[in-house]
Amino acid sequence: MTTPHAEPVNGKLPHEPEKATLEGRNKLVGFWLFLGGETVLFGTLFATFLALRGQTNDGPTANELFHLPLVAAATFILLVSSLTSVFAIQAMHKGKRNALALWLGITVVLGLGFLGLEIYEFYEYVKHKEFGMTTSAFSSAFYTLVGFHGAHVAFGIMWIGLIIGQLFRKGLTVVTAPKVYVSAMYWHFIDVVWVFIFTVVYLLGKVG
Amino acid sequence: MDWITTVDHKKIAVLYLIAGGFFFGIGGIEAILIRIQLMKPMNDFVSAQVFNELITMHGTTMIFLGVMPIIFALMNAVVPLQIGARDVAFPFVNALGFWTFLFGGLLLNLSWLMGGAPDAGWTSYTPLSGSEYSGTHGVDFYTIGLQIAGLGTLIGGINFLATIITMRAPGMSYMRMPMFTWTTFITSAIILFAFPAITVGLVLLTFDRILGANFFDVAGGGNPVLWQHIFWIFGHPEVYILILPAFGIISEVIPTFARKRLFGYSSMVFATILIAFLGFMVWAHHMFTTGLGTVANALFSISTMLIAVPTGIKIFNWLFTMWGGQIRFTAANLFAVGFVPTFVMGGVTGVMLASAPADFQFHDTYFVVAHFHYVIVGGLVLGLFSGLHYWWPKMFGRVLSETLGKWTFWTFMIGFQLTFFVQHFLGLMGMQRRIVTYLPNQDFDLLNLVSSVGAFLMGVGVIMFLVNIVITTRKPVDAPNDPWEDGRTLEWSIPSPPPEYNFKQTPLVRGIDAYWKEKMAGHTEMTPAEPVGSIHMPSATPLPFVMSVGIFIAGLGLMFSKDDFGNAFMNGLFNNYIVVIIGLLITFGAMALRSLYDDHGWHIEPEDQDEKGVRT
Repeated sequence: MTTPHAEPVNGKLPHEPEKATLEGRNKLVGFWLFLGGETVLFGTLFATFLALRGQTNDGPTANELFHLPLVAAATFILLVSSLTSVFAIQAMHKGKRNALALWLGITVVLGLGFLGLEIYEFYEYVKHKEFGMTTSAFSSAFYTLVGFHGAHVAFGIMWIGLIIGQLFRKGLTVVTAPKVYVSAMYWHFIDVVWVFIFTVVYLLGKVG
Repeated sequence: MDWITTVDHKKIAVLYLIAGGFFFGIGGIEAILIRIQLMKPMNDFVSAQVFNELITMHGTTMIFLGVMPIIFALMNAVVPLQIGARDVAFPFVNALGFWTFLFGGLLLNLSWLMGGAPDAGWTSYTPLSGSEYSGTHGVDFYTIGLQIAGLGTLIGGINFLATIITMRAPGMSYMRMPMFTWTTFITSAIILFAFPAITVGLVLLTFDRILGANFFDVAGGGNPVLWQHIFWIFGHPEVYILILPAFGIISEVIPTFARKRLFGYSSMVFATILIAFLGFMVWAHHMFTTGLGTVANALFSISTMLIAVPTGIKIFNWLFTMWGGQIRFTAANLFAVGFVPTFVMGGVTGVMLASAPADFQFHDTYFVVAHFHYVIVGGLVLGLFSGLHYWWPKMFGRVLSETLGKWTFWTFMIGFQLTFFVQHFLGLMGMQRRIVTYLPNQDFDLLNLVSSVGAFLMGVGVIMFLVNIVITTRKPVDAPNDPWEDGRTLEWSIPSPPPEYNFKQTPLVRGIDAYWKEKMAGHTEMTPAEPVGSIHMPSATPLPFVMSVGIFIAGLGLMFSKDDFGNAFMNGLFNNYIVVIIGLLITFGAMALRSLYDDHGWHIEPEDQDEKGVRT
């Protein structure tokens, strides 16, 4: 590690640039650990939601509220964005910076689409269904769980956006590669959490 | 300025020690005030309201802001040295963890100056802690202050996990790691899986109090028992976060001063892992009287009693380590040897409390208070004193006075036993926990007086320790590499205090107790695993401090977001969450800066690698 933004050896990056340096490997390990903690965080939120999902306090019930086509669209968008982030990592392993930035860009756009749908959904509930944070224990738990996930999506969008900028300023190097890799891990994690939300909140809300 | 921007784990250790010591002092003063109030029946030294604030803040401060930072101080000072690392995995994150903890702690203690401290007990049970019964800002300080401090602890834990996984010297396999490193590793894992639960719990309580949510409000469909579950699912692992590092310290000190290797090393590792695992399985034993039903109580009774098995393994291993050893009773070893029987007593009362039917009698009495003070003070605090006396020369290059150290031990130990031994009987006789006063002639009078006198003695012991520090600080920095002469692990193979880069050459580890092994082979120093070369170091940076200040501002803004300040400007600032946004912008701005500007660090060339660490 003499020069941090090491020029690729013989014009070529190592096959897995995210693991080429000790810093990069540390970053990956640390991030896996961080996601372990995040899992507990969402687990606790899920437990809270499951404990309170029946307490509607004479307000709207899950069955009355949820509109599955909208949620299905959001789910589809987010799952596809996970796939595009996989394509991004594959492009990175081939050392194609522009393809990597393009796929990350598509991921961010899809994330924005998902976030837009979620904001629209919340707005509808508050505006037309009189379903706000203070309505019932169910509403508090719903907004906290789904809102926490939404905040994670928003943070991920900003983060990956910054990383795309860095890719153009600094290029794809052994310093930027781990950043791309952990942000993609984060994005997959958000996606997995959403799969659970889709099942536990929406599908169970419709039938249970 | 140097201290604000540092990313060196040895300096961060000193910062943790100073801050932790400061909060420990505050918590101690609160304890003394509690004991003055309970000295005699029908005392009116403090009002009932102030008494509630005192017990709440004593518990919260001592656990989260007192002993945990001192544990982190020792971890930071010792663990990288024990595994032969030049640095931790994430120096920046390490610094961030410290500053976040400090500002969280400051926010929590600002409550004394800003209209009343939290007063719902350190467990902050709902609905007592809800807005209906705690209408002032007290509990807001608790939720937000702890949230910020907890964030610091969590990232500190992640840093240690990653450090121990990735930064070990060649030959330092997991089963060759010193016991203190092992317990740090397991403790950090508990932190990682326990702290997010309290993060969520505090968020829910904050939303209930500030946004009017209904998580714990029965009228809105909420469930107060949910808070108890979330709190204890974190809170029980938390007490293992406290005690496991003490186990680690004892497992270092006893072998060193017995001149024998630790008996049953692998069973020690296994027992530590088992305790950590079981620690997550027993949270409902704090809720036997909540009304969960007989099946739940029976299961949690059994799982709680199971913890006695790995703990017993550890106790006997320490006894067998001392058996036949050439024991030297230095101050550090006195604390370690005193720890063993005291901790056993705390453990035995724990097994008594684990019996659910008996717990219906013990619950919320002074028996419980005696039990957890035996394990936290008689266990952890004695362990910390032991560790501080043991590693002080390694941290500061000066050996603490042995005579004063022994005086500290005897005053503290006798004071401790006086204070808490009698509380077992107070509890069995029915004196309630958290009670502001009691009627005369119920057989409580004498025992409470004894207890208070003991508390003063403990205070004297702590003051002696401080005097010892002051006296020692005026000595020259002259400690040798291995001041105890029987050091077994890697930290004793380098100068005291260590240079900035710890190891001039990464050592080669050939077995358990690596340094001892080399000594037995006739060497005076470790065999290097690499040639002398240029050493890469991370740069100092003020960003962690800035980020913590941002979170601090955001926390204060959130707390006062519903207040009326009596002037339009302040109301506009706070009620529209502008202060929160400013605080978060500072934090996220600093994060973005950290991400955008690569920090290449710097190098120490071989010709500059010949001095001890320069310290205060």
